[in-house]
Amino acid sequence: MTVSSRMLISIMLIGLLPILSLGTAVKKASADPLVVDLSNHLVAITTGFTGTNVLLFGAVEDEGDVIVTVRGPDQDMVVRKKERKVGIWINSKSARYKNVPAYYASASNRPMDIIAPPEVLLDYRIGLQNLRFVAESDMTDEDKPIYREALVRNMQDSGLFGERPAKISFLSNQLFRTDIHFPANTPTGTYTINVYLMRDGGVASVKTTPLVVSKTGVSAEVYEFAHRYSALYGIIAVIIAVVAGWIASVAFRKR
Amino acid sequence: MQIYLPIAEISVNIFLILGLGGGVGFLSGLFGVGGGFLITPLLIFYGIPPAVSVATAANQIVASSVSGVFAHWKRGNVDLKMGLVLLAGGIVGSTAGVWVFAWLRSLGQIDLVISLCYVIFLGIIGGMMLIEATRAIFRTRRRGGQIRRSKKHQHSFIHGLPFKMRFYRSGLYISALLPLAVGFFVGMLTALMGVGGGFVMVPAMIYLLGMPTGVVIGTSLFQIIFVTANVTFLQSVQTQTVDVALAILLLIGGVIGAQFGAQFGARLKAEHLRALLGLLVLSVCLKLLFDLVITPDDLYSVMPGDL
Repeated sequence: MTVSSRMLISIMLIGLLPILSLGTAVKKASADPLVVDLSNHLVAITTGFTGTNVLLFGAVEDEGDVIVTVRGPDQDMVVRKKERKVGIWINSKSARYKNVPAYYASASNRPMDIIAPPEVLLDYRIGLQNLRFVAESDMTDEDKPIYREALVRNMQDSGLFGERPAKISFLSNQLFRTDIHFPANTPTGTYTINVYLMRDGGVASVKTTPLVVSKTGVSAEVYEFAHRYSALYGIIAVIIAVVAGWIASVAFRKR
Repeated sequence: MQIYLPIAEISVNIFLILGLGGGVGFLSGLFGVGGGFLITPLLIFYGIPPAVSVATAANQIVASSVSGVFAHWKRGNVDLKMGLVLLAGGIVGSTAGVWVFAWLRSLGQIDLVISLCYVIFLGIIGGMMLIEATRAIFRTRRRGGQIRRSKKHQHSFIHGLPFKMRFYRSGLYISALLPLAVGFFVGMLTALMGVGGGFVMVPAMIYLLGMPTGVVIGTSLFQIIFVTANVTFLQSVQTQTVDVALAILLLIGGVIGAQFGAQFGARLKAEHLRALLGLLVLSVCLKLLFDLVITPDDLYSVMPGDL
């Protein structure tokens, strides 16, 4: 190699330095350790929406395990306990939680407890059992786990919390894919998808990608209208009913 | 075919909802009832949130009452003055009812109150209907045992009440407080149960107010239109639980169903019809009662807390 070409390379390297510093090693600068994307960044809830799958795919530079978490927008949730009073079941005690994701799902290529020790999963809040819900109500220590479990169970029953981590399949040593399922009752909002590249029981790299679930089309406009111009909506609802009733009476009269 | 309801925020089978509206419309044509007391529980059984079911049923009843009132109005079977007094009570009652509804909802007890109201009212009405119809079928009913009206000039505490008003069309001179109270009570039921309340209003008008039966249905329908319209409006403003898409589906089914119901009804004996309706009402009541009494699968329930 000539002196001039060496100089050229070093000049180029200096130019690349800001970029290189992002990577862990010079030789990996050209390729990310982890690349991910979605088949669709928008889940559109249309009038015919019955649930959908979004394909998450990506590649890892070197071998490693992959974990995906999907978290919906936070909301407050109230857990109520029924008690039997004079023969019928009545809601009695309740607990209020803040920061409950409206949707939560996870996926991994191998069982998570094999990929990483519990402390690591807890640190990164990976998996249902590691989510932290802040209870606003006073509860006894024995009630806490019962109510938390009830919250998770109910969310699972309504299909909004994944029952168990879904499967990520590797197509080769590097390419992976998984389907994220969104049921018919998927809440709207901005979702956060985290993809973790795991090596040696630790997190080697994280990629975050947003996903928007929103109503589109007629149903979105109706919902929007009902909430923004609720008085006008009420008047229109009444007018529709009156007109429909009048048309029906005309139809009846002709018979 | 599935359709996503914008307010209820769930997907429903469009034909099932049309069929539900049609079925209840068929029954209202068959039996000459409003059907609100059947549509709300059926929507709840189907999985529509109770709050949406009640508010949307009120919207649907506006339409069925409008379609029914025209014929009565033409025949002069609407006591306008009585209707307006009932309505005044109804507006206050339904407004209070919507407020109570929102309050119970925040306490997490609205589902229970809706169910209990239904069990009580459906139980009483279904039971009475069935007994009456069974007697008629077995002809144990005495001849001439028509529905007895309380005598107009029977004196009781009712006639000692102040603010007497003359209702020419009904031929009554009674305290305005009475129809006001009836209107208030039925308006409350409209807000809480999503019913027109005809099944309470009509007996109350006949037995309590002593109105002639000829004007009862027309006057009841007349005031139900405005009370359910009021509930529709207030629920829209306060709880945003009126689902226009659901209401329209129910309407379409209801209009078509009612036509078939009226035709079919002409071929059946009246007492058989009443016995069938009584059985139907009772079975809805028992199903609701059963759900309240049996141990739920999960003692804990979860609801978004921003209500």
